[in-house]
This record gives sequence, C-alpha cells and structure tokens, in this order.
Amino acid sequence: MSNQTMNAQAAKRLRQVRWYQEPRWQRLGGLLALALLLAMVTGVQGTNSDPFYAIKENLTGVGLWVYVGIALLIWVAREFFSEPVKQAGATAKQAKGTLVDGPLGQIKQLLAGQPRLRWALMAAVAALAVWGPMGLDRYWQTVLVDQVMIFVLVAIGLNVVIGWAGMLDLGFIAFFAIGAYSAAYWTGALPVAPPIELNNFAVIPLAVITCLVAGLLLGAPTLRLRGDYLAIVTLGFHEIVYLTAKNLNDVTGGTSGVKVDRWEIGGYEFRIVDQMPFYWVLLAFAAITVFLFVRLEHSKVGRAWTAVREDEIAAASTGVDTVRYKLMAFAIGASTSGLAGVAYASKVGYINSENFVILLSILVLAYVIFGGMGSLPGVIFGAAFLVWLPEFLRDYVDPKDRHMYLGALLVIMMIYRPQGVIPSKRRQRELKMAETGSAEAEAEATGTGGKHS
Amino acid sequence: MSGAADLKKEPAGSERTGTPLLELRDLRVYYGAIEALKGINVKVYEGEVVALLGANGAGKSTTLRAASGMLAPREGQVLLHGERVDGIKSHDLVRFGIGHVPEGRRVFPRMTVKENLEMGAYRFKSPDREEMDRVYTLFPRLKERRTQLGGTLSGGEQQMLAIGRALMGKPELLLLDEPSMGLAPLIVRQIFDILKEINEQGTTVLLVEQNASQALQLADRGYVLETGEVAMADEASSLLADPRVRAAYLGEGA
Repeated sequence: MSNQTMNAQAAKRLRQVRWYQEPRWQRLGGLLALALLLAMVTGVQGTNSDPFYAIKENLTGVGLWVYVGIALLIWVAREFFSEPVKQAGATAKQAKGTLVDGPLGQIKQLLAGQPRLRWALMAAVAALAVWGPMGLDRYWQTVLVDQVMIFVLVAIGLNVVIGWAGMLDLGFIAFFAIGAYSAAYWTGALPVAPPIELNNFAVIPLAVITCLVAGLLLGAPTLRLRGDYLAIVTLGFHEIVYLTAKNLNDVTGGTSGVKVDRWEIGGYEFRIVDQMPFYWVLLAFAAITVFLFVRLEHSKVGRAWTAVREDEIAAASTGVDTVRYKLMAFAIGASTSGLAGVAYASKVGYINSENFVILLSILVLAYVIFGGMGSLPGVIFGAAFLVWLPEFLRDYVDPKDRHMYLGALLVIMMIYRPQGVIPSKRRQRELKMAETGSAEAEAEATGTGGKHS
Repeated sequence: MSGAADLKKEPAGSERTGTPLLELRDLRVYYGAIEALKGINVKVYEGEVVALLGANGAGKSTTLRAASGMLAPREGQVLLHGERVDGIKSHDLVRFGIGHVPEGRRVFPRMTVKENLEMGAYRFKSPDREEMDRVYTLFPRLKERRTQLGGTLSGGEQQMLAIGRALMGKPELLLLDEPSMGLAPLIVRQIFDILKEINEQGTTVLLVEQNASQALQLADRGYVLETGEVAMADEASSLLADPRVRAAYLGEGA
C-alpha cells in the first residue's frame, strides 16, 4: 500500500515539467547561448599573454548586447507572432509537395520532362568544369589543383570502401602516401634508385598496382573485422606507413622530403607557372574514375557491396562471395587513393612524410560523411566544399581559428543532416519512407533497385 | 539417455532408396577444443521434409551450418547427390541449388522487400519474374509490402521475406534454421503451412527447430539431436507418438 503511494508520488514528480523545461524557454536559452557565441566569435581576439582578454572585452562590449537584442527579437517573433508565418509555411510546403528531396531534387523535377534542356545544362556544366577555372586567380587555381582535385579523387576512392562496402577506414591516406612514394621511386627522386627510371605518367599503372596490392595486404587479415575494430586496424596501418616514411630516411627522405619531377609528356613539360594543364589532367582522372565507378555502382558488384554492407551472412546466403567483394572494395579504393598520390607528387614536385599525417585520413573521412556516404555527387561536393572552406575563411577570420569553424560546421551537420549534403538515393528513400509510410516510394523503388528489370 | 542407442536406426520405408539428395556422413565439428558434433549422420531424400530437433546446444544449428557451408567440418562428409561438397563455401553452394534461410531471419534491413527478393536471385543474371510472382502468391503479405524496407517489417514478415528470398535462388533443397524463433504461434502455423506448400511444389526441406510439435507435424522424418549426437531418427509420426519425445520436447509430463 505505502509502496504504491510512493510510486504515485515518484511518477508525479518525474512527470512534472518545470518552467525552464518548457520548449519556449529552452528556445530562449538556446538563442541567448548562440548570441553569446556569436559575440565571442566576432569580437576581439585573445592573445597568448592574456588568454582571457577576449572574454573580458566581449562580455562588456556593445557587441554582446546587439546580439542579445537580436536573439530576444527573434524569440519574441517566434513565440508570439509565429502563427501566420507557420501558416504561410505550411501552404507553401503543400504547394511544393511534402517529399523530402535533396537540394537537387527540385532541379531534377524541373528537368525531368525536358531532355534537351538537361543536355544543354550538362554541357554547360562540363564546359564550366573544363574552362571555368581559367577565370580564377593563381592562388585559387593552386588551391583547386593541389587540394580540391586531389582530395576529390581520394574521397571518391574512400567512398567505395566506406560508402558502398560499408567498411570504416581511418587510414586511407596511407594509400595516398604509397602512391606518392611510388611515383617518387620510379621517377628516380628517392635516395634509392629504381631499376629503370620512368616518366610520371608511366608510373601510374605501377603505383596503382602497388596500392592495389597494399589494399589487399591490409584487407586480407582484416576481413573478419568490422566497424570499430576495422577502424583501429586501418588507423594502425596508416601509422605504420607514415612512420616508415618518416623514419626510413635513407629510402624515403623522411621529414626533409624529396624533390619529384613534374609531369612531362612527349617533350611537353608541365610548368608550375600555368596551373591549367595540371588541372585538366586531374579533371580527366576524376572524370574517368567517376565514369567507371558509376558503372560499377549499378553493376552486380555494386549490388553485392550493398548486400555485404547490410548483412554479411544474408549476403553469403544469397550467393555473394563476401570475401571477394570486400577485398575488391579495398583494392579499388586503395588504387584510387594511390592515383591521387601520384598526381599529388607529380604536381607539387615535392613530398615529405608530413604530407601524410593521420589528420588527413580523418579529414577525408569527414569529407565523405559530410557530402553523403555512398553518393558520388555527395562525396565530390563534400571534398570540394570542405577543402575550399578553410581557404575561403582565411580572409575572414583569424587563420588559426579556421579549423574550429570547420569543426563546428561538422557538428551542426551531423546533428541536423547526418545523411550528408547530397545523400545517396537509398538514404533519401529511407527518409522519405520514414515520413510518408511506404506507398509513395514505389516509383523510387523501381527506379533504383530494379536495374535489371 | 540410456535407451537411445537402439533407436539410432535408419528410417524405414522402401521409397527412400538410392542416393539421398543430401547426406551428412559422420560429421564432426569442433569449436576450439569443444566437440560440437560427434559424428552426425543425416539423410535427406528428394521431396522430403526433414526436421532436426533437440534442446539448446544439442548441435542442430551447427549441423545446418555445416550443411550450408558456413563452417567446414573437421571430419566427415557432406554429400549432395552423392558428390562431396563439404569445404565449399556457402555462397558457392547456392549455385548447387541449396537455399539457406539463416538463423534470425537476416533480411537486408535497408533494401525494400522487392530488392531483398531480387538479391535472392543474385546467382542469376536477372531475377526471374515468374519466380517472384510465385513468391508473391505464396506470401501475399510480401506483395503488399514490396516497397517497404526490410527492417521495418514485423518478425513474421521478415521470416517470410527470408524464405521468399531463398526461393528466388530456385533451390532444390531449402535449409531453414529455426524459422519459428520469436514468432507468435499463429504466425508460426502460417509459416509452416507455407513451407508445406513449398514442399508440395517440389522443394526438399531440411529444417532445424525447437518447436518440435510444429516441425513434426510438417516433417516426413525427424532426427533428435542430443549433445552433438543423433539420439533418435524416425518417421515424424512415430517421433510424435514416442513418449520420450513427448516428455522431453513436447512439454508433456512423463
């Protein structure tokens, strides 16, 4: 009896909603916190001698009050005058159709009925991709070639491993390093001489094969591992490659690095004064890779990867050779990363072990997840955008803080859009089904699943 | 069980002569130092439904896993139409006409029902539409839910999907590991009715079950496993009538 009354009291206490737990007050708290954060970020900077200088200044400055004022205004508008706004929003949404589409969804819808317009648009985009960068200044051209294009290529490779085959790889830059050092070795740039010196372009197949083998070497012993365990092994693999590059001075040049010859083909030398030829080579690499990977994604191989990613035992029971396809994903991903490594060495003309630190492996993973795992347009956009962003921020914020903003962006993305900017069709469909039940997804299901129908 | 030895006889019945479709011959499997199977002999003839019964840890699932190629026996043989197939990996055995419904259903959670079925026909160039129609006829529920994701189905529907997916590979022999696991009695009965239908349409069935009464009602013959050995092997009807089976597996007080 007494036990029951106690339970009732406990339940009552637990069900009680205090004023600060009400949504509107929580929203106010959130807005004020945001105001405070913005005031800090946009206010004066701290110094090393007096690290709390910024806090003191910004808490007493005018900026804070401006932000707090704006926050309060937004809150009041949201809490007391939001009904008409909501109504307008609802009607607009209804007019638009309530489906959860990616940012490209509406454009796609618009273009669906007009093939000619679609072709024209595609041609325009292609032309822009080929000649557009000529309009950039040298600095941005360099960023585009040295970083954006290189990491787009690496991200496309990592997408095969993590997005399609579902294996978490935290050491992907190891293959990039192996590719770069292969290029250095075969062009005679390393302290150890190769049997024959080769042209940078001729190195590509060799480097790709080396990385493929390295991918198999990493893949074979880790086949039984998944998720966290695999991640740790790949992390270890990266460290092995990195530390070898760093400490095996007599072979790799270590931290002081080696000079690598730039590309040269048929007497034409690629010179650093003009970035465009480098860009076009990389664009060609990326285009070929994307073309091949799109084919692969929609082939039996792609379906096998999906099955392995979803459930390995089920995959095996339907006749998928899980070992083979996992190794294949590793090898294909590794060779793509290796190709990027060759391109990097042959473009920048200098490599040292510090070009291949673990941070890069983590960042590439972030690019893939940010853009949308498993979606080629997604990972291309993710890599391009996240490589571009810190460079862009250089002019606007304290350069030392740039990665802080990058981090904040990733945190926000993971909370509000974990599927990435341009999620894969499969992920999109899942969301759609979560929202609408099932029936509406019919068209999609036949569109993506039934490649063979 | 002292009196078990004299019950270890081959099933009676003259119609079961010739080469069995599947034969497990003196199968021994070890998990580390533990001997999980101590020489199992099982025969499955074409057109039959055979049930492997037994308590937890008796070695039922291990037997099925050895038959489906998911683990290789240390000793003994797995014969398919008299040819040795032990050591062949499960994904390759699919091509020899063995369909496998793994324990715990294991549908692809993020594929639609239709995609799951299509995946079942992975060994073919493209899924057979007629086969899919047959599966949809057997399981009208799957047709209704064909655009739904596998992971959002109920337990019973997932089991139906797992069976349907295995059928898409057009198996000669269907191996099922505990199809009744975690399902309501009504659903279990439904699923067993459908298994009967599948068998009548020409697919041989070997299933592992805890639910002895359902399994024996469906099966032609049954094997009772105890601690890695075949304790009894007989016609399903005789097993159903056997007082020891009734006491141990059908929950009747002795």
